[in-house]
Amino acid sequence: MRRDIYQAIADPTRRAIITLIALQAMTPNAIADNFNTTRQAVSKHLRILTECELVKQEQQGREIYYSLEFEKMKEIEKWTNQLRKIWESRFDQLNQVLSTMKKQRK
Amino acid sequence: MKNNSQLDFIVDKTTKTVSITMEFAADRALVWDAFTKPEILDQWYAPKPYTSKTKVMDFKVGGRRFYAMVSPDGQEGWILQKYTSITPKTNFKMFNVFADKDENPQPPGSDWDLNFTEQNGRTKVNISIYNESLARLERMIEMGFKEGYAMQVKNLEELLATLSQK
Repeated sequence: MRRDIYQAIADPTRRAIITLIALQAMTPNAIADNFNTTRQAVSKHLRILTECELVKQEQQGREIYYSLEFEKMKEIEKWTNQLRKIWESRFDQLNQVLSTMKKQRK
Repeated sequence: MKNNSQLDFIVDKTTKTVSITMEFAADRALVWDAFTKPEILDQWYAPKPYTSKTKVMDFKVGGRRFYAMVSPDGQEGWILQKYTSITPKTNFKMFNVFADKDENPQPPGSDWDLNFTEQNGRTKVNISIYNESLARLERMIEMGFKEGYAMQVKNLEELLATLSQK
């Protein structure tokens, strides 16, 4: 199942998990130790992050390690450009409105 | 997209603040009006292809603006802005939050601080938007701005392709 990347970062716990594993690959237990929540809750967040392809799993011996997909995180950067475009569009329109207002005032 | 003027746009994730600065070739009184009068706001506030529809606006401290961003297919995304501080022609602050059509706010919201300065007949506007949560920003995407822009770009591409064939 493919999920929306913004859904992944909409939750504060998931954002915290992203921050944690950005530093180093971690097992689900090690991640859960950082939160006042159940192991199941953390597993659910990890599943969503995995479905969004924001994190990857790697088997090391008997343990599964989760780490961050840095390439995928760049998609979030695109959001910034999106918002910038919104303001550019707004201000283009405002410039037109202002120039009309100036003419009317004369 | 045509953009003659310099837009300064900074997203600071650590302070959860978006800072937008833009200079306009108009005096401060005019720019102030464009930001504080509903009939003018509605002319420019919605990025195309959206339109802005202000239902209520009472520009005073404690007052509010309740408006909708209307998509090309008529879907309305309501936003409530509450004015918390006003220094005429210089600064105003507001709390901005998504809402339903009955004006019930849907937190989290963001705090906006808008500054107006004039120099040599040009007016610089700085907008600082503090988000208590990243989730609010993501709502903007959910509301379809992303799709709106993708659609717009796609339309343009198609148009250009058609034109170049002729």
